[in-house]
Formats: sequence, C-alpha cells, structure tokens
Amino acid sequence: MIPAAFDYTAPSTVDEAVRALVAGGEDAKAIAGGQSLLPVLRLRLAAPTLVVDLSRLTELAGVHDDGDSLLIGALTTHHEVQRDPHVREHAALLRLATDTVADPQIRHRGTLGGALAHADPAGDLLAPVLALDAVLRCTGPAGTREVPAAEFFTDYFTTALEPGELLTHVRVPKLTGWGARYEKFSRVAQAWSIVAVAAAVKVVDGVVEQARVALTNMGPTPVRARGVEEALTGEPATAEAIRAAAARAAEGTDPVTDGNADAEYRTHLARVLTERAVTAAVSDA
Amino acid sequence: MTAAVEPEVGRARRRKEDARLITGATRWTDNIRLPGMLHLAVLRSPVAHARITSVDTTEAVRLPGVLEVLTGADLAAEQGSLPCAWPITEDMLAPPAPSIAVDEVNFAGEVVAAVVARTPEEAQDALAAIDVDYEDLPVVLDLTAAVADGADLVHPDLGTNKSATWVFDSAEAGTGGDATAAIAEAEVVVERTFRQQRLIPAFMEPRSVVVDPGPDSATLWSATQVPHILRWMLSAVLGIPEHKLRVIAPDVGGGFGGKLQVTPEEVLTLLVARRLGKPVKWTESRTESMLSGHHGRDQLQRITVAARRDGTVTGLKVDLLADMGAYLRLITPGVPILGAFMYNAIYKFPAYRFTCTNVFTNKVPTDAYRGAGRPEATFAIERIMDELAAELGVDPLELRRRNWIRHDEFPFTTVAGLTYDTGDYEAATARAVELFGYDELRAEQARRRADHDTVQLGIGVSTYTEMCGLAPSRVLGALRYGAGGWEHAAIRVLPTGKVELITGTSPHGQGHVTAWSQIVADRLGVPFEDVEVLHGDTRVAHRGMDSYGSRSLAVGGTAVVLAADKVLAKARTVAAHLMECSPDDVEFTAGTFAVRGTATSMSLGEVVVAAHVAHNLPDGVEPGLDAEATFDPDNFSYPHGTHLCAVEVDTETGRVVIRSYVCVDDVGKVVNPMIVEGQVHGGLAQGIAQALFEEAVHDEGGTLTTATLADYLLPSAVDLPWFTTDRTETPADTNPLGVKGVGEAGTIASTPAVVNAVVDALRHLGVRDVEMPCTPMRVWKALRGGAA
Ligand SMILES: Cc1cc2nc3c(=O)[nH]c(=O)nc-3n(C[C@H](O)[C@H](O)[C@H](O)COP(=O)(O)OP(=O)(O)OC[C@H]3O[C@@H](n4cnc5c(N)ncnc54)[C@H](O)[C@@H]3O)c2cc1C
Repeated sequence: MIPAAFDYTAPSTVDEAVRALVAGGEDAKAIAGGQSLLPVLRLRLAAPTLVVDLSRLTELAGVHDDGDSLLIGALTTHHEVQRDPHVREHAALLRLATDTVADPQIRHRGTLGGALAHADPAGDLLAPVLALDAVLRCTGPAGTREVPAAEFFTDYFTTALEPGELLTHVRVPKLTGWGARYEKFSRVAQAWSIVAVAAAVKVVDGVVEQARVALTNMGPTPVRARGVEEALTGEPATAEAIRAAAARAAEGTDPVTDGNADAEYRTHLARVLTERAVTAAVSDA
Repeated sequence: MTAAVEPEVGRARRRKEDARLITGATRWTDNIRLPGMLHLAVLRSPVAHARITSVDTTEAVRLPGVLEVLTGADLAAEQGSLPCAWPITEDMLAPPAPSIAVDEVNFAGEVVAAVVARTPEEAQDALAAIDVDYEDLPVVLDLTAAVADGADLVHPDLGTNKSATWVFDSAEAGTGGDATAAIAEAEVVVERTFRQQRLIPAFMEPRSVVVDPGPDSATLWSATQVPHILRWMLSAVLGIPEHKLRVIAPDVGGGFGGKLQVTPEEVLTLLVARRLGKPVKWTESRTESMLSGHHGRDQLQRITVAARRDGTVTGLKVDLLADMGAYLRLITPGVPILGAFMYNAIYKFPAYRFTCTNVFTNKVPTDAYRGAGRPEATFAIERIMDELAAELGVDPLELRRRNWIRHDEFPFTTVAGLTYDTGDYEAATARAVELFGYDELRAEQARRRADHDTVQLGIGVSTYTEMCGLAPSRVLGALRYGAGGWEHAAIRVLPTGKVELITGTSPHGQGHVTAWSQIVADRLGVPFEDVEVLHGDTRVAHRGMDSYGSRSLAVGGTAVVLAADKVLAKARTVAAHLMECSPDDVEFTAGTFAVRGTATSMSLGEVVVAAHVAHNLPDGVEPGLDAEATFDPDNFSYPHGTHLCAVEVDTETGRVVIRSYVCVDDVGKVVNPMIVEGQVHGGLAQGIAQALFEEAVHDEGGTLTTATLADYLLPSAVDLPWFTTDRTETPADTNPLGVKGVGEAGTIASTPAVVNAVVDALRHLGVRDVEMPCTPMRVWKALRGGAA
C-alpha cells in the first residue's frame, strides 16, 4: 500500500493554493485531512503527481457566528464540529451526523470540507448539509461563488467544483430550537452507512410547522425526501402521521445493490429509518 | 526461614512481554533493517483461472532502483512445490503447488511476477510496469457445482475437482453402531444443511519475511507461528541443507492459524536473496494479506440426527463438502478431518458416520483458522441439537442433558473413538444458567412474543468440548499427518541462579513468556522475574513443534515441568552430596534444600554455584544443572463449557444485537487467570464475528470483493456485548499441570450460541435458519420468507 510518487506543496493562502492547483492541472489534488484521499492513493486508485496540502490555510478553519447563519471553514475537523457550541445550538443535525463518522482518530483529522468535496454517497455529512439548505462557498481561478447544497452534489464522488476550485466555507442557516436526529444504519460501528436519514423538525403546539428530511446512500447523491417533508408539514406530530409520511421516504431515490445491501432492502430501510428519525427529532424538539 | 510464598501458578500476573509488544519497542520482522537490504514486491493475478500467455518485464527492469524482475519461468526449476504435510488418504489428489505461477494461475492473488528493488517504493512502482497476458479459463467457485457431473475443472490434469474422500464409520471402526440403520429406524429424523462461510484470519501484524543469505548459511526471519516446521519444510522443498538454514520468528503479532503455513512469499524471498547474494525483505499490505494469505472454514455441512421421541439421539450422520481452494497448503486437507472427531461433541451418541469430500475451487487455499475443523463441527451439532429440541418441543438445555456424558461416566470413550479423560458438563451448565438468568429471559421472550413486539428476544445455547493439546504423535501417525505432536523444553541454570527457559512453542501473542515463567518459578523456587523465556529461533530453541491447536501449555508446558523436574533431581543429588546425606532425606521447598529433621539446609543458589564450579561433585555427575525434556502426550485434552447468548432482533430492520453473553468454560487448571480471560474474550469476539459480521466474498469472476478492512467487517469493542465469564475446574488427567487449553474455546463455542439465539428469536415467525453471517439484510429476508 505505497502511493505512487508525487510532489508536495503546502501553500499558506487560498490564492496560492488555487494557483498551485491550476498550475498542476489534472494531475494535482488538494489534501485536507487525508482520510479519504490517502486510502485512494495507497490503493493506487489515483496517482496525482502534485498534492497541494491545505492544512496551512488557517483562514479556512473554525466556526463563525454570522448572523442568521453559521459560517464553517472547510478545514474545520469533524472533532471541532462536534465540540462547537454554535453548531450545537443552531445546527444540531450536523453535530449528530458528525458524531457517527468513523472513530475519534479519524474525526480529529478529517474535515467537513474534505467530506463534502469527496462526495461519497455513503458519507454522513452530505445529507445533513442538504437538509439544512446549506450554501457552499467556492474559490477558484475565476473568483468566488456560492453554490446551494442542492446543486453541489452532482453524481457519485462528483461535485460542482470546477478544476482548480476549492471549497472554502459552508454556510449553514441557523435552525435554532428545532429537533434533530441522524439515524444511521451500518453493520459495525465504524462502518459507512448502508442507509441513513437526516431529519430536523420545528414543532409548534404539537404540530409540525416545518420539516427537513434527507437520505444518505439512497442514490448517487444525497436525496431530499420532499414527499416526507410535505406529508409532515402542518400535521400533528403523532406516530400515525409520522408513519404515513415515512412511507413516502423512498420517492425519487435510486439505491444501489452492493455487498452490504440490495436496493429492495435499502428502500425498506429508508422508510423504517425515516420513521425513527422523525419520531426522535419530534421528541427532541 | 522462608515464609510460605504464594504460588505463581494461579496468579493473574501482568504479562512480561506486553510493554514491548504494545509500544512496538521490539523487532517485528518488518522493523528489521540489514545493511544493503533489498526489497521484494510481488505482482498478483487479478483473475482466478487463466493460462499465462506472456509476461513482459522489459519496461519494469528499466525503472530506477530495480535490480531484477522475475517470472515463473525464471524460477520454475528451483522453486519446488509448496508442501502439504497431511495426505489424508492414500489416493489423495494434490496438484503441484508453485510459489510463483509458471503457465497457469488458479486463484486471484496468486503470484505471477516478482520485483527486487532498492526501496519498497521502487519495487511497488515496477509492479505496475509489468505486462501479463492472460487467456481466461472457466472459473470454479461453488462447491456443489464443482462436484457435479461435467463440472469445469480447476486442474484438468487431475480429471476431477475432488481431492479426497475421507470416511469414518463407527460400525466399521468398532466404536459404535450403524448410523445409516439408526436413521432408517428412527422415530424422529432432523436433517439440515449449514454453510460455513469463508473467513479471513486477519491477524494484526501483516506477514513479513527477511532473508540474510549469509556467506555460508542463511537466516530467515518470518512473522510465522511455526519456525521449526518452516525450517524443515523450506529445506525439504528447496534442497537447502537444514543445518545451513536458521529460521527466526521474532515477536509475532497474531496468527490465529493464518501463520501456520509455509508461504509462497517465504520461498520467494529466500530464493531471491540467495540468487542475488543480498539481504531481501518482503512485507505484505493488508489487501495482499487478505487476497493471498490462506483463508479458513468454507464448508457445506449436511447433518442428520436420528432420535427417539424422548430426545435420546440414536444416530448421527455428517456429509461435508470442504473447499480446499486451488492448492493443498500445509494442512489444508486435514482441517475438516480434525472436525470429524468433534461432531459427537459432549454426547453419548451410539452410532456415527462421517464423510468428507475435499474439493478444489479457484480460490486461495483454505487452512487452519482458530479452531480448525472443530468450530465447524461444534456449530453443526449445536445448531441441529436446537433444531431437534424445537422439533420435539423440549427445552434445548434439557435435550442436551438427556444426551450428554455425565460427570461420573468419565473416562468415556466416544463413538468417534476418543477417550475423554475428565469433564463436568452438569457443573458448567448449572453455573451458566444461574449467571444468565435463563428462566427470567425465557419469561421475557414469551412476553415479547405475546405482545408482537417489533424487537424479539432469542436465547441460544451452545455446549462444547474440543480436542486440544495437539497431539499424541502416534495418533497423528494413524491420521497420516507428516509430523509428530510432542514438544520440547530446555532449562539453563546460570551461575548467578538466573534461569533461561528455552521452549519449542512459538508464541505470537498468547503470553507464553509470562506463563512459562510462572511454571518455572514455582517448580524451581526462583523469582518470576529471574526467568527468561527464549523461543522462536531455531538456533536457540533447536527442537520444537511450535504453536497451534491449543497445544502450547498442555504439551509445551508439560515439557517445561519435566525439564524443571530433571534440574531439581540433579540439584537434589548435588545438595545431598554437599550436605552429606542421602538424596531421599533432602526436602525441597521454595528454593531451599533441607536435610529432613535437621537444621541443615542449602539454597538453590548455593547448589547452582557448586554445580557450576564443579569443585566437589559426586562421582559421575556432570557439571551444571541444565536439563531438557521432550513430552509426547498419550491423549488429547478436552476443555468444555456452556455458553448462553441472548439476542434482540429488530424485526423491522433485521439487526441483531447481543444483549447478554455468559460463558462458563472448563479449561482445567489455570496458570494465569488473566491470560485465560483474555483468550476467552478474543475467542468470543472471533466466534461472534463469524456469526454476525465476517465473510470473504468473491464475485462471479472469482475476485475477492472483501479485500480491505472497510469491506471485510471485523467487529470492534463497541460492536460486542459485555461478556460474563466464569470457570469450573476439572483438572485434566493427561498432563501433570492438569491443564486443557483455552486458545480456541471461545471461538468454537460462541458461533452456534449466537446463531441459535437468532433463530430462537424468530422461530415463532417461521424462521428455521439464517445463513452466516446473520447480516441485517439476511435476517430481514429470512423473516419475510418465513412469514410468507
Ligand atoms: C476508516 C474510515 C472510516 C470512515 N468512516 C466514515 C463514516 O462513517 N462516515 C463518513 O461520513 N465518513 C467517513 N470517513 C471519511 C471521513 O469523514 C473523511 O474525513 C472525509 O471523507 C474526508 O475528509 P478529509 O479532510 O480527510 O479529506 P481528504 O481525504 O483530504 O480529501 C478528500 C477529497 O476531497 C478533496 N478536498 C479536500 N478538501 C477540499 C477543499 N477544501 N476543497 C476542494 N477539495 C477538497 C481532496 O482533493 C480529495 O479529493 C471514514 C474514513 C476512514 C479512513
């Protein structure tokens, strides 16, 4: 498990990093925590000739309170997300999902930006970011732009990032006082999700005022369960209503069959886990 | 005088070796760096069955740092055939087993080319530049298909995929009645087919080999559990005079049988180092390890029990198909045969017939994996005992009670011909039932069933015994195994009274250094700290049969006792001479020799010095107190126990969660309870993993799709329950320590306990079996099938 040889550079500003990536062209790869990239390199599934280390871009670290939203630097580690008081208060869903990622060692190195840029359909942070209507700030040779999460994930391991472009920040609108739950189903604690459901609900006087539900690993990209959201909104937060809504969880999904589960079972799990996630989110609200 | 000292044996001593093993401050094979050392990397076949039409190395040899690129053709003349030490029948078919494929590959992962370079990185890069052309041949993967008429053949030259058929019949052997007749006449017959999935040993330290060819004799370091066997076999296979080859197993990080092997990579590293006259190292990656290290299990078991309505079993029949993989490695064919003696388990079955057909497939060879044959046997019998209990409507524990050997019936000769020396199944079971809260859990189960709870509770029972302490050499001979089963120990008493103990066992994580020190400390009355245990180097420990089959303590530990007794006997002679009395009048306690009934005494230290300086020894007594002993057991040892498992099955998702797990093992006398506890925990984890998590999966082309630890799921501590463990103690009669062996017990007993619990949780919903591993999806599908 020895990667092919590569050159290495560790720029200290976003501009320098973008320049290095542009200069390296197709053969250049950014590295953040390395928790997804290094396995890829070691298995020689990719062999970039230049690796651009982002770890010195201190401007991309940490969580900032920015009025109606939180601005989370792409280099913020999973561990920092878990510990951050702003995230806890205003984006509980993101914290709950981050709690389920891998193990403490990996969470101390892996970054939110890396997880989103890697865009593994089984990754646990994509669905929450989608459910939270986050906006992803990207900087490249053509300048800076903001991409809604719904447009960022385009296919298996593929995002809207252009060549030479970096993900710099994730803007997460505050959902203060909402109930949240990330219901992950995996075979062993450290494994990736077979299916998972991210749910956040605002309940007022026993009625679901707003609901956000998104699914992990039910297709090439995370899927927003709009049917479930629709069915829940305006309804009393009862077991029957939740069950009826959850029955719509698999609408618009396209699950794969792989070594862990076939599509039929994933479809079934999506419904069961949605019911559980929403039920837990409601009692958390 | 000396206060009564607490005996060492029985103490939960912290393991002497752990500080260095855990911190890594030791010489793992891959840590070895010799001056001028080169690096070997091997290219592996991506296809499972093909003719090699060309291997183009021209690009690769030109790359920087590359010294040599070798193909099968280059090494064909010298590589010989990898050894199989266990030809189970006279007419067993065994194809030649090359270390590097010459013109045909028979499994994905087989070596097809080798690169020697100055650095591991350069060697790895060069692999990518080698171009191999393959012409695909039909791939044989499925056991049943492999033995069907007209099947594609793994080795067309052999004309069949069947390597051998081995039969045991109690009527023919004179150990019991006719099982076929018993089944024909039975009031109740239950038959099931169980699948033992393929498992990967997944030891923590990957395999690694370093060879220093030396000017006139070679040294080979390997992460192996069998340095002595390895030296013997390498010299036999390669024609290297045995005295010109030294094999060292330094500290080794786990094996579980996976390092009980003579590997292609050991042969190749040795060949290449000798060819170039330079030290060479090969270390595998995790994926290589999973692709090419031997696998375990992989059997299809058809098992039939005949019984009376009262639950008395009248006959047992077992038909196995055992997957050998593409070649026969060291003991590949013998693994299912080790199980043959264990299907009758703890029971007094009157008639038994066992048939095993060993089958070739285009997969990596199988071989020993923790328990080797015995877990498979225990699984099948314990699963079907639960099925029979359900069929008869009796409690599964009660059914076992009606059939097991009672404690007052030992020694007991079984229908398979083994004589169990001691045991007390009643005591272990009673204790387990008490710790488990069996009746309360049954009541809760009834409640959940009545309430149609989405989470159902299941209770699994597993009683077991195993044959350990491998093995009486005569028995091995009768089974056509190519070596003996004795073990050797030597004790060197140094002039200052410190002791070096040399053992022929080869620990790779078990804690022999600590346990052997405890034994010697007690026997010789020296402090635990004063004993140094040496092992694993054929130049230091020149005789040994190494470590596997829960043999090290029962056989190797006994050799230690015998050697210590010889030291003492000689010391007594010397002491008597110096104290001018008869040796019969000398009493030895806690390191002191005293003349009975007098105040005259000498310490062991004084006797050691006297023996060493030899100024005044009795006539005919050689200087020094060193002694050695070799022990060949008359019988196996038979640990046993009762394991009880409660699972909760989420019927909506199919997920199985172990709620409680109780095991009461009887491993005889215990030298170090902490080590025993550790072995039990590790064994349980591995056995539970077979039940719920692990499976080597191949796609239809024969490629292993579980070749990383992200795909081959090993449970971690959070995936396992809190274990409640206890012991009963029925000392073995077959060795002076009274020990039985504990290395495999947990693995053997736990797998059926868990699967029985899963099926028990769902039986009322129509489920009668769930194939292993019981993944959530399989459980969910079984439920849907069952309820339909
Ligand atoms: C054993 C193991 C188990 C895991 N289990 C889980 C799990 O259960 N759930 C889960 O969600 N994840 C899991 N992960 C992945 C983990 O979450 C990673 O941290 C994450 O996927 C990648 O983050 P990183 O910072 O390490 O990215 P890297 O590995 O450094 O990079 C990943 C990819 O993103 C690109 N990239 C990184 N940062 C940026 C950026 N700012 N802009 C543009 N491109 C960028 C890189 O070029 C690369 O292609 C696991 C990882 C391991 C090793």
